[in-house]
Amino acid sequence: MVPVISIQNLDHYFGGGQLSKQVLFNINLTINAGEIVIMTGPSGSGKTTLLTLVGGLRSVQSGSLQVLGRELCGATSEELIQSRRSNGYIFQAHNLHGSLTALQNVRMGLEVQPKISSQQMLKQSQEILEAVGLGHRLHYYPDNLSGGQKQRVAIARALVSQPKIVLADEPTAALDKQSGRDVVDIMQKLAKEQSSTILLVTHDNRILDIADRVICMEDGHLLRDGVSTLTSG
Amino acid sequence: MELIKELQRRTPLGWLQLSHHTSRLFVALAGIAFADVLMFMQLGFQNALYDSNTTLNRAVLADIIFMSPQSRNMQSMSTFSRRRLFQAADVPGVKSATAMYIGLITWKNPQTRRKTTVQAIGVTPDEPVLDLPELNAQLDQIKLPNFFIFDRGARGEYQEVFRQIDAGQTVSTEIDKQTITISGTFKLGASFGADGTLISSNENFLRLLPQRQAGSISLGLINVEPGYDSQQVAAVLKLHLQNNQDVKVLTREEFIKFEENYWKAESPIGFIFTLGVAMGFIVGVIIVYQVLSTDVNAHLKEYATFKAMGYRNSYLLGVIFEEAIILALLGFIPGFIVSLGLYRLARNATNLPIYMTLARPVFVLLLTIVMCSISGIIATQRLQSADPADMF
Repeated sequence: MVPVISIQNLDHYFGGGQLSKQVLFNINLTINAGEIVIMTGPSGSGKTTLLTLVGGLRSVQSGSLQVLGRELCGATSEELIQSRRSNGYIFQAHNLHGSLTALQNVRMGLEVQPKISSQQMLKQSQEILEAVGLGHRLHYYPDNLSGGQKQRVAIARALVSQPKIVLADEPTAALDKQSGRDVVDIMQKLAKEQSSTILLVTHDNRILDIADRVICMEDGHLLRDGVSTLTSG
Repeated sequence: MELIKELQRRTPLGWLQLSHHTSRLFVALAGIAFADVLMFMQLGFQNALYDSNTTLNRAVLADIIFMSPQSRNMQSMSTFSRRRLFQAADVPGVKSATAMYIGLITWKNPQTRRKTTVQAIGVTPDEPVLDLPELNAQLDQIKLPNFFIFDRGARGEYQEVFRQIDAGQTVSTEIDKQTITISGTFKLGASFGADGTLISSNENFLRLLPQRQAGSISLGLINVEPGYDSQQVAAVLKLHLQNNQDVKVLTREEFIKFEENYWKAESPIGFIFTLGVAMGFIVGVIIVYQVLSTDVNAHLKEYATFKAMGYRNSYLLGVIFEEAIILALLGFIPGFIVSLGLYRLARNATNLPIYMTLARPVFVLLLTIVMCSISGIIATQRLQSADPADMF
């Protein structure tokens, strides 16, 4: 089992000086290749913060965070940029670009990788949109797509470059039960096909069944075996 | 080559963003066109001014010109002694030396009977000294006492006058209790300095302005013998005559430059029009900045998402510049076309030679691109805040 994400003694603080507040306390976590891990917990528990650190969207302040063998603590901004390119990130609000069609949006996921030709990009984008069931909506603008459809485009965009790690932040929060289910099923299917690892943050109890492992966070602490470390002995 | 290939595979995000919000795009283009029209008009007027003010200078058919050192420009001429002309005739290479008198007079507009100021010029009627074909065809006329010919390109209401003259009649009017006859016209054009010009023989000029003395002339026109170099003859004349410091010797080019430099340096006109161009430029920068920063703000979330996907800051800066250049090029075209129309309007209204040159659109296009780039640079300051982590 090869660890793709390896976190050791990770602390994180918000604000500076007098206003400094610790939001993550001594996080230790290992995620192996191909695993689907769900992080759950109440609002403010720090799960989204942890996700952004893994994704290289924030700088690691203290401790060790290794993603695909790269240490992110003390990484330069160029190293962070490179790290981001090996992740597929799915946001709660899909954040599709309004001026681009579904196909063009997905293509942006490939354009950031150098050395892929235009024809290749077109082909791959089309294929993955078909795989998420939107082959007939390639040239639609986000304004003309439903919430579930937009989230599926976002998934296609995140997965088109076949990233090793897929990070998802509340992907079903804005969707109804059926759309939410569809979205997560697609993510699971594609990830398994591409042998990607998924780290998914969610409140949504309905989708916990897709996970190999469920991790709970509370007040910046990682719980072990579902029991709060704050209350144990 | 690499760069071109790279550009071809790139999604034209800037263009797609701009074209997706057509009303905002049109506002931006209108703003740029407006700024361009401002700049075109300022430059057009400025050039017309310089050109129109040197038409008389350029019409002078002499190789070398004598002038008083105190003269500032054609409408503000001092005089110098005619003796210098006689002295010049002795210098080898000088073919002829003739006198020209210039002065400003107040006359009654023959049509409206209202007083206005025009320029009066006296030339020798024996040979052509000015490159004005109609004048040169009427040299016999101006020998007649108090017969003058008038500038068809004068500013003011003279349609009746021209109609009568075209019909073969003459027109009389009063200058300082004297009556003169206008028997013909020629074409010169108005300038900032003079609304119109009357030309006649030296004698008629002196008769009209009795306060002027025959021995004090405004300009001396020297023609050089064929085979002699004007520059060299001018150098000799300078040596000969400039000791007394009462006459200035100029080649024809220097004479034209002299007038140009006056309007460029000693009048506020150059400053005013350059300031006008600068203001048009600043208006453009502000309008384009407004559009670009609104655009950046509107897409901040999407840009943050791109950063999260691993796009560099430089990529996003590139998108802004792409927008800036597209706006510059698209906004320039209507600005240019409208300016052509306005030039014609202004030409008819002011009788000034306002024309589009070849160089000016290139210059204004460059200014437009710089203008949009500056706006783009300022707008990108906002981009620094598109931090993906802030979205959570």
